[in-house]
Amino acid sequence: MTFKIAASPHTHQRRTTQQVMRWVYLALIPGVLAQTYFFGFGVYIQLALALLTAWVAEGLCMRMRGRPIGHAWQDHTAIVTAVLLAVSIPALAPWWIIVMGTAFAIVVVKHVYGGVGQNLFNPAMAGYVLLLVSFPVQMTSWPIPAELAQIQVSITDTLNLIFTGFTSAGYNLEQLRMGIDGMTMATPLDSLRNDLNHQLTLTEALTKPVFGDIAGIGWAWVNLAFLAGGLVLIKQKIISWHIPGGMLVGLLVPAAIYWLFNPDQAITPMLHLLSGATMLGAFFIATDPVTAATSNKGRWVFGLLVGFIVFAIRTWGGYPDAVAFAVLLANMCVPVIDRYTQPIAYGHGGRS
Amino acid sequence: MSAATKAIEAGHIWTFPGGIHPPERKDRSNTTPIEVLPLAKQFIVPIKQHSGPVGDLMVTVGDTVKAGQPLTQVGINNALPVHAPTSGTVSAIGPGRIAHPSGLTDTVITIDADGNDEFYSFAPLADYTSLSRAELLDRIRQAGVAGLGGAGFPTAQKLALQRPLDYLIINGVECEPYISADDRLMREHAQTIIDGTEILLHIAGCEKALIAIEANKPEAIAAFEALLPNYPQLALRVVPTKYPSGGEKQLIQLLTGRQVPSRGLPIDVGLVMQNVGTAYAVAQAILNGKPLIERVVTVTGDNIAKPGNYWVRIGTTVAELLNHCGFEPVADSKQEQRVIMGGPMMGFTLPDLDVPVVKITNCILVPSNQELAPAAEEMNCIRCGACADVCPAQLLPQQMQWLAKAKDYDGLEQQNLFDCIECGACAYVCPSEIPLVHYYRKAKAEIRNIAREKAKAEVARERFEARQERLEREKQERLERHRKAAEARKKAQAEAVAQGGDNPQDAVQAAIARAKARKAAQAAAAAKQNQEGDDE
Ligand code: SF4
Ligand code: SF4
Repeated sequence: MTFKIAASPHTHQRRTTQQVMRWVYLALIPGVLAQTYFFGFGVYIQLALALLTAWVAEGLCMRMRGRPIGHAWQDHTAIVTAVLLAVSIPALAPWWIIVMGTAFAIVVVKHVYGGVGQNLFNPAMAGYVLLLVSFPVQMTSWPIPAELAQIQVSITDTLNLIFTGFTSAGYNLEQLRMGIDGMTMATPLDSLRNDLNHQLTLTEALTKPVFGDIAGIGWAWVNLAFLAGGLVLIKQKIISWHIPGGMLVGLLVPAAIYWLFNPDQAITPMLHLLSGATMLGAFFIATDPVTAATSNKGRWVFGLLVGFIVFAIRTWGGYPDAVAFAVLLANMCVPVIDRYTQPIAYGHGGRS
Repeated sequence: MSAATKAIEAGHIWTFPGGIHPPERKDRSNTTPIEVLPLAKQFIVPIKQHSGPVGDLMVTVGDTVKAGQPLTQVGINNALPVHAPTSGTVSAIGPGRIAHPSGLTDTVITIDADGNDEFYSFAPLADYTSLSRAELLDRIRQAGVAGLGGAGFPTAQKLALQRPLDYLIINGVECEPYISADDRLMREHAQTIIDGTEILLHIAGCEKALIAIEANKPEAIAAFEALLPNYPQLALRVVPTKYPSGGEKQLIQLLTGRQVPSRGLPIDVGLVMQNVGTAYAVAQAILNGKPLIERVVTVTGDNIAKPGNYWVRIGTTVAELLNHCGFEPVADSKQEQRVIMGGPMMGFTLPDLDVPVVKITNCILVPSNQELAPAAEEMNCIRCGACADVCPAQLLPQQMQWLAKAKDYDGLEQQNLFDCIECGACAYVCPSEIPLVHYYRKAKAEIRNIAREKAKAEVARERFEARQERLEREKQERLERHRKAAEARKKAQAEAVAQGGDNPQDAVQAAIARAKARKAAQAAAAAKQNQEGDDE
């Protein structure tokens, strides 16, 4: 009589990659809902386009590499990439933006490097940066929060805008982004950076309607929603607190110091925290395990680095938001970080 | 007393990094007292059940033996003997399957039981302090006591190491899920374990013992708490429930904050560790003269009708044990059934049930595929770092996995592969279900092989060089001998001349001189004739 031979351990905690990934995209739901509330239904169309593109691109790549296709779809990593990219780009951006970005993320950033686990750069962010550099106008044209808009956009109009560039009434995106005051409205960070560059003081710059009460109408809530989702991930032990913690500290501390010395010329720490892609970046993007540092100490350093680069680019750089650049730059530093933060193995002189 | 020692004395419990909390499922087997397994008809006793050399056979086929009678002897290589588990006849000696992950065969002694279970005569000892340390160690060795908790290192050998000791640690942690053999032993035989501990202290010349029990065993803790007030040398330490807190290195870290240096031994940091089962066996060996012929084995898992703990004679086949506990393998699900010797984290699967229980067998686990799902297909590593987070040795399992797959053995050694204790925590959490430990074991075996090959090549090279050297030396010696012989000859001649004897050398010279003279005379005569002729 013979029995099955297996290698130890014979038990497993049964949290598969698929489950981990599922947690990640489920935790994005509050943020997506908040985005819908403030910026309309565009985000769903972007999501659908991104998922479809990712699905096809992943399948084609696996096919060309001669690997089992089901294998790749099964681990759900492509879904996370697609979802992250879809929520990062402006909700009403034309359809080819998201298709191009997602395809690039999956094909070039992920599969050319050898597939899941092998890529050096965060696929979603590399896709984002490619788009931002190539199509700066489309990539910075965020719809304005519904409560500030002159014209409300229906679902049909959203579809029309994304696929044809015009609503049924013939408005284009530029016109829709006109505020009640008749000025095209930028995102809070964008607007602030422009104004500060144009020698306005902080107090003056903050009087624009887009700022609302805390950190820009809509944006603050979207960020808080992503924060909530992120806390769930930490609670579920899907991610450790080291990267988000590091990133927020790395952003907040220099921002606060800079602001204390330059109260009239600096973005407020609150705005740093609750505007742009800060929370999405801290909890969902920088925490991508493949491209982040591996030990807890390394993750902390990695987070700090991302945070600091975000601060630096937002303060002195040429782009309104910086999470994508910061993450990619930090990705490049990972081998060095890993090297210098490798934990001391048991029995090699470390202390208990 | 240093601050660190003070903290140890005060009962401080340190922590170790990583670790996991798999479902314990110990309550299935630990609620009933240890039952004595009825004697089998046949026993299979492997002669090697420990690490180290094996003893020479003392019996031949056809011999009758009694329970506890030695079958192999200590002999000159200081081997650990094995003993007959019951009375009966030796019916075969030869290769047989043993309990080993690789399904290896080794020499086994088959004994057909006669059913009387007559015991060999043992010599009890009233006062062990009357014997010398060497005599006590010999008694432990003769009784075949090996570490019952792990690799089966001969206990006497461990104790014989002469180095200053701060503490003796008695390991009753038993952190592997499912297993409760030590738990039951501690509940039922705390006194004997304490006796054994005292003997161990006496032999090791050590002042103090720390008895460590995991917090999930309140009954065992209570059993010791009731007895320990009478033993000032012994202190109880309750460690938090976390796998693998019972690992030797981890427990040392928990109780003392010290770390055993890489590739070193606990004694390097002034500690020695023994399992509770070993302490029990030592007490039996010293006080009753009884050799190690039985142990407690947990039999558990969904597919066992009567899970529990059993006193099992060494050499009982797993089939016999499982039969008694109600295991009926379903014919068609057989392919998927696993029978695990040891626990779910570090145990190994048995290909069939004919292998015997040995000194280090603490558990037979027969799970259903629902409770312990078989490994799913391996996916790619997503570098999530979960493995590094739980590694108690602070290694980077994902890195080692890449290196092992790439067969980069230098890289693996740099990543301290050999400090991996194969606890399986990393593989337990890996979301991609990569059998990490399997890769490490393979890589370790490969590296050891390479080292062995290298050592062999080195020996061969040395031999070759030694031979070359010898030949060269012999040649030189030969030349030297010739030279010396020639010299001696010359000297002898010189001496002969000095003493007025014939010098052969002179004879030659004389001959040459004679020939020269003759030539000269002829030349002179010819010249004379010519002259005369001219004159005419
Ligand atoms: S847990 Fe598994 S998937 Fe995650 S880093 Fe370790 S080996 Fe890779
Ligand atoms: S098996 Fe080795 S690498 Fe894995 S957790 Fe245990 S010690 Fe670390």
